[in-house]
Amino acid sequence: MTHTVKRDRMLVGGFALAVLTMPVWMTPLGAGYPDLLQRFAIYGIFAIGFNILFGLTGYLSFGHAVFLGVGSYAAVWSFKLLSMNVLPAVLCAMGVSGLFALAIGYISLRRSGIYFSILTLAFAQMAYNLAYSVLTPITNGETGLKIERVDPRLIDTWLSGPSTLIPSTNFFGMPMSGYSGFFFCAVLLIAAFYVALRIARSPFGAMLRAIKSNQNRLNYAGVHTRPYALTAFVISGIFAGLAGGLLAATDPLAGAERMQWTASGEVVLMTILGGVGTQLGPFVGAVIIKYAENIFSAFNPQTLHGIFAFLPDPIEDVVVTVTGLFVGNGWQLTLGTLFMLLVIFLPGGVIEGARRLGVLIGRKTAALRGRRSQPLGSALPASGAASE
Amino acid sequence: MDAVLLQLLNGLDKGGAYALIALGLTLIFGTLGVVNFAHGALFMLGAFCAVTTHKLLTISKSVQDTSITLFDVHKDVPYLQIWWGDIGARIIDYAVPLSVLLAIPMMLLVGVALERGLIRHFYRRTHADQILVTFGLAIVLQEVVKAYFGANPLPTPAPEIVSGSANIGAWIGLGDALSYPWWRLVYFLFSVAVIGMVLAFLRFTTFGMVVRAGMRDRETVGLFGIDIERRFTIVFGIAVVVAGLAGAMYTPILPPDYHMGMEFLVLSFVVVVVGGMGSVGGAVLAGFLLGILQSFASMNEIKDLLPGIDQIIIYLVAIVILLVRPRGLMGRAGVMET
Repeated sequence: MTHTVKRDRMLVGGFALAVLTMPVWMTPLGAGYPDLLQRFAIYGIFAIGFNILFGLTGYLSFGHAVFLGVGSYAAVWSFKLLSMNVLPAVLCAMGVSGLFALAIGYISLRRSGIYFSILTLAFAQMAYNLAYSVLTPITNGETGLKIERVDPRLIDTWLSGPSTLIPSTNFFGMPMSGYSGFFFCAVLLIAAFYVALRIARSPFGAMLRAIKSNQNRLNYAGVHTRPYALTAFVISGIFAGLAGGLLAATDPLAGAERMQWTASGEVVLMTILGGVGTQLGPFVGAVIIKYAENIFSAFNPQTLHGIFAFLPDPIEDVVVTVTGLFVGNGWQLTLGTLFMLLVIFLPGGVIEGARRLGVLIGRKTAALRGRRSQPLGSALPASGAASE
Repeated sequence: MDAVLLQLLNGLDKGGAYALIALGLTLIFGTLGVVNFAHGALFMLGAFCAVTTHKLLTISKSVQDTSITLFDVHKDVPYLQIWWGDIGARIIDYAVPLSVLLAIPMMLLVGVALERGLIRHFYRRTHADQILVTFGLAIVLQEVVKAYFGANPLPTPAPEIVSGSANIGAWIGLGDALSYPWWRLVYFLFSVAVIGMVLAFLRFTTFGMVVRAGMRDRETVGLFGIDIERRFTIVFGIAVVVAGLAGAMYTPILPPDYHMGMEFLVLSFVVVVVGGMGSVGGAVLAGFLLGILQSFASMNEIKDLLPGIDQIIIYLVAIVILLVRPRGLMGRAGVMET
């Protein structure tokens, strides 16, 4: 037991170190700017939260982006009504999305399997449609919700009088743009990671995994599983709301497109790309997706010609035409292809792949070592095997 | 009375599309046990079969416009019109109905290839995996179409002869207020015909009998020495063709763009769930029912009463049905009820 505790501590420590030094080691990869790093951290939180539901309980929600969108709206409203400080905004986002998750989860969790997926999808579509149409006074429809100069901002006005220009978001004076914004998100990401790890290691987490492996058996054993699943759903909704609130904090704008089913699909992809049910997987997946999105969508035919210039001209043209489909505006095609390849060949995700690779390398090196040591102790292996 | 009847009619064409897609979905689910999230994309592919047909028929040559003599003006005239004159023009006019001839073999090919190449490997995987892989497939299909045809909707006109409105009110003696676009009527009749054909195929042929038996108890059918998997592959092909036909004929109602499939997919899934997973009749019934319900919800009187109801009515119905009657309207007991 102590061994696991120690390992977990090291895991969190290593994770924190890796996240906080991201501006350093991401720079050579061409991702060392705060805007992208913020997105890594925010979508990392989103995916970690999604993993609490999907990874532990096995319930595949196809409408998780609702909570992201709701969190964004709540945060922007907090900026408009209360203060430009991000603390109330983030708390607001978490609270409101938690309430939404409670309501949606309470109904959706009455069914499992594909019905659960369709129910969550239906709720997401409903929220998306309503945000675009009837709820325009709250969501500002297609334009998206923005902060304006005339907003009341009660706390700010009470503290420092009415402002003359649109203030920017801050955390007690620390601006939310640039690296300070990233570090704010990073600290929350580490906290989210720690909480998720604690949940996974707790008896509650064990119960969630039991739900995944065999819900019927739990029911027969007299355990009422729904409250556990609902709690997981709400926690995961709060994580998504936190991510949505941070999205609004770093760029105070909220639009309904954040709730679209494509956004829900994206977080599913992040989680399975990294590795469902693993601790690091969701964050790794989120970073890979956002990084690849950033890199691939920046390509255009000119850069491609530059890359493949070493090829003979006719081949170069063909290669550029083919790869051109996958980059720039065609980034989604890469995403879809990746999605399929992953589910077909590597359902365990990157973490599982790395583990398999590790095992393979370990076996190879062991085999090599064995072969090298054979001439020395020629008769030993047979007796060694027998004694084992 | 007129208004109610009009909404009833308005719901029919959309209901027809829902029913056709849902029919395919539920067939695939009932036979292969696979949840196909790519079915909306296949509907979209069918629509683009119509676009392709229209494009193929109107391959044009630039000729000098003789009606303007002051200066050189060139206009594009389709080859068909140059070769066959009026008959060629007539053929181009009928591009959408003719596209059915292209859509059937194309979609059958796509369907069989998909089943053999991809879906087959997912029979034994979890529903989550099936959903994910077909979801990825949907994105890929969508993006390939987008890369080829562009992102804008491509209007594809219905034949001249059915472009107006039918004066249905006069037919049944209700006055002139009740007019209904001809093509929507055609689409409704078409969908009913296709549904009838599929149902008859399942009901009255030996092949259909084996398939139905396989849906009930696949193992026993296998014990009789029948290669049920091969028949299920064909069923998958048929389901894909049905979705494709639904898409091809829908183009005059809704100009197709690359992401039209997803909206229909979500709705069709809801239709399948309401009708009952794996129930063919339920899917058809629920398709028309929800189509009509949606068109009633978009009446101004109802929208004034309950704002936004037209956007969410179908989902609301689905949620209520799933909670109250989890096996759907006509679902069989024991099929995916948890």
